[in-house]
Amino acid sequence: MKVAMNPQRDGEIRVGFYICHCGHNIAAMVDCPAVARYAEKLPGVVLSRDYKYMCSDPGQELIQRDIREFGLNRVVVASCSPLLHEHTFRAATEAAGLNPFFFHMVNVREHNSWVHTDRHEATEKAKALARAAIARVAHHRALEVKKVPIHPDVLVVGGGIAGIHAALTLAKAGKKVYLVEREPSIGGHMAKFDKTFPTLDCAACILTPKMSEVGTHENITLWSYSEVTKVEGYVGNYTVTVRRKARYVNEDLCTGCQECISNCVYKEPKFPDRFNEGLGKRKPIFIPFPQATPQVVLIDPEVCLNFKRGQLTDKCKKTCVEACGDKKAIDFTQKEETREIRVGTIIVATGFKTFDASRIPQYGYGVFPNVYTALEVERLVNASGPTGGEVVLRDGSHPQAIGVIHCVGSRDNKTNRWCSRVCCMYSLKLAHLLKEHSHAEVYNFYIDMRTPGKSYEEFYDKLLTEGVHFIRGRVGEVTDWAMTPEEEGKLVIRVEDTLAGFVRRIPVDMVVLSTGLEPQADAQAVRRMFNMSCGSEGFFLERHPKLAPVNTFTDGVFLAGACQGPRDIPDTVAQAGAAAAEALVLIDKGFVEQEPNTAFVLEQECSGCKSCVPLCPYTAITFDEAKGKATINEALCKGCGTCVASCPSGSIVQHLFEDDEVFSEIAGILAPT
Amino acid sequence: MKYCYFPGCSLKGLGRAYEESLLPVMAHLGIQLEELADWNCCGATAYMAVDEAKACVLAARNLALAEKHGGQLLAPCAACYLVLNKTKHYFHDYPEMKRKIDHALSAVGLKYAGDTPVRHPLDILLNDVGLDAIRQKVRRPLAGLKVAPYYGCQIVRPYATFDDQYNPTTMDRLLEALGASVIRYPLKTKCCGGSLTGTVHEAGIRMVYILLNEARKRGAHCLATVCPLCQFNLDAYHAQVTRRYGNVVVPTVYFSQLMGLAFGLPEADLAFKRAAVPFSWRPPPARAPQASVAASK
Repeated sequence: MKVAMNPQRDGEIRVGFYICHCGHNIAAMVDCPAVARYAEKLPGVVLSRDYKYMCSDPGQELIQRDIREFGLNRVVVASCSPLLHEHTFRAATEAAGLNPFFFHMVNVREHNSWVHTDRHEATEKAKALARAAIARVAHHRALEVKKVPIHPDVLVVGGGIAGIHAALTLAKAGKKVYLVEREPSIGGHMAKFDKTFPTLDCAACILTPKMSEVGTHENITLWSYSEVTKVEGYVGNYTVTVRRKARYVNEDLCTGCQECISNCVYKEPKFPDRFNEGLGKRKPIFIPFPQATPQVVLIDPEVCLNFKRGQLTDKCKKTCVEACGDKKAIDFTQKEETREIRVGTIIVATGFKTFDASRIPQYGYGVFPNVYTALEVERLVNASGPTGGEVVLRDGSHPQAIGVIHCVGSRDNKTNRWCSRVCCMYSLKLAHLLKEHSHAEVYNFYIDMRTPGKSYEEFYDKLLTEGVHFIRGRVGEVTDWAMTPEEEGKLVIRVEDTLAGFVRRIPVDMVVLSTGLEPQADAQAVRRMFNMSCGSEGFFLERHPKLAPVNTFTDGVFLAGACQGPRDIPDTVAQAGAAAAEALVLIDKGFVEQEPNTAFVLEQECSGCKSCVPLCPYTAITFDEAKGKATINEALCKGCGTCVASCPSGSIVQHLFEDDEVFSEIAGILAPT
Repeated sequence: MKYCYFPGCSLKGLGRAYEESLLPVMAHLGIQLEELADWNCCGATAYMAVDEAKACVLAARNLALAEKHGGQLLAPCAACYLVLNKTKHYFHDYPEMKRKIDHALSAVGLKYAGDTPVRHPLDILLNDVGLDAIRQKVRRPLAGLKVAPYYGCQIVRPYATFDDQYNPTTMDRLLEALGASVIRYPLKTKCCGGSLTGTVHEAGIRMVYILLNEARKRGAHCLATVCPLCQFNLDAYHAQVTRRYGNVVVPTVYFSQLMGLAFGLPEADLAFKRAAVPFSWRPPPARAPQASVAASK
């Protein structure tokens, strides 16, 4: 992979220079023929051309013909960003029999014509950039692309609808999938929803078939109540450590008959039920919800009488064990386990959390019992929810008037600035369901009604005809100070009605806060574990917002669902399918090609100071204790150059960024015209 | 603990009861207050509305003096507290404003670097002194006294420096430490009407009425405030409010007066007499004060 040709040693350098007009994109601001004429006179340049579209087939053929006819051994193209067409021109160079790394690209579009307004200055800048590239390319060496095989198994992290869909897609393609879910059951947020907008089909009815398919699919290993704790390796070869928490019930032996729950010494459910957002109660031994997958109960050692502060005491009568009988599924001595698996690709589908409504104290969540979050209301209107679908408030009353407040923790400089995308639609859905279940007057308080999606605007239209009231304005406060006798004992919503142009006070019995979507609380830890990036708001960052929306900056790690940003179910499913397809691309190809811009250590010069080891953001550097030298794993190195810059003895070198290449480029850009 | 004290015009005039109760209370807690020499008007909110630059220069002169003096500036009046803080923010945030302030101050040989902390008594009492130290000074717990904590707008908006912007609780916690029952008062940061009582009288009176009426409905024996203008508005217009809306008489006192009372300072020295609506409170005989102190610990 090392020096094959040195300009000083291997004779004449013959550079071909090409500048692309990119239609008007470059030519409008840069005098391309002038740049071509200028480059022609530079040392080593054999020919110089300007052409309308270098990336077109004729443009590529031009390069190939010139290489053959004029004996070019270096090629420089000044056009757009290397992110777009570097591979195109490298391929063209290679097709003409030249090593692709004798090609170098100059960006005169994003870095020049698109951002400048003075044609003369922009042209001079293009000349300087061309000069630098021509000076640099003379020092290029032939490099080869390495191929690394891909392990065919896939890890999917998160068992919400995104993880479920991605896992099923891969499993159906014959790939082995590990699906790791933190909660005792898969299903995620979608399992808690009552209906889905805009079709109003029951969320459970469309989700649970997919859940049970996951549970029974031969290609899927489902590890619920488990968390990924460590990820090592690189694309194609990841080693992942998974912690399987103790549920005190043997998953293989439990049949989900739930006799243990009926026979628990607690006759009545007593503890807040997380699945029902704390609105319902459960026993110490429980199953999260009726359609839970896997259909396996678990024990909460914090409240089970057989434990004290999580420690086994064996002081309970253990009526559950009796009820379980010969199945012997209950195992109080179960310990958490650690498993290690090997996979080639990873799909991160860790989802979102909803905004904590108590962060906006003026809306009274946690102060007034009849102020609810939207997710609580999903459970309240659900037939299998804590009230069987009847809208009964925390104080036992039935509401006559309900206010739904949009954008709670969204589009707000004080909390989260982004639009959470789903709240307008789910607020409309809840307004419809609440009206249907309670016959109350329902008011929606919105800033802007955002309903972009198939049949979404039509759903909004339908709500308008159903008699739901819409008041445009961000709610100032939810309060209990009454101005009139009608307001006594009510929750008063104070809002500036920006259509009517005055401040209104709407007395209601129930308030629903349409909380926005946020990154998971541990998103930063997950980001570090999978070596991903986060945007400023904390959601995982895609490689490109438009053209690589499911890729991350780490090869082989893909994103699906709301961990990347707020989105609704259809978009989540589409993205999960896309992530699965991207993983399949790698798996079916069988290997990955690695850009050879990696760093390497000149062993004889390394002093063994280890300063580079902790600096590497990709953990590619290890220290060879035997030799007392640092070594770089080429498969892990991303070519960021951090170690090269930091090495005190200058003993780390990076391909394509060797000293003579970089310095000649600098000399070229600074040289007088 | 030592602070540079900026009384502003209010604490020497309309809000004299605030100074007359705050100084002995602070002294009782062992806090030394040294009045800023040669202080001038802070400009209050009125001047800010007329000419921001001149108003900032006016306030910055006090900040420069305090900086020269050294130490932290204590501004008990809500308007002073806001204006001095706002000037500090503007000084740091807007280079043009900094230039104007520097230029004007240099004319009188002063220089403001922008460092002096501007503190509110509640901030100092909770964060520097601490509630435990305050509880230890309580000799006469305010058992049975139901207080509506009223913060007004200026100490939490637009800058919430030491408390929550929408639901401040520092005074709630202070009053509880004194043994008082703090009622839930949802209007704690709602506007008192400010200068509307003088300009658009009807609107101002209505706002005063809303605040007093809600305190009355919730059974408050008094409102506790941190702002001389709030105290004035809630205290001085009872006759007009009663004429227009019916009887809603509730006295409004400074939190510092209640502190003095709880510390067992002589009631006559706490300037209760300066208010138009008389406030009086005796501990209920049934409950021994010493027992309540123990309970509150």
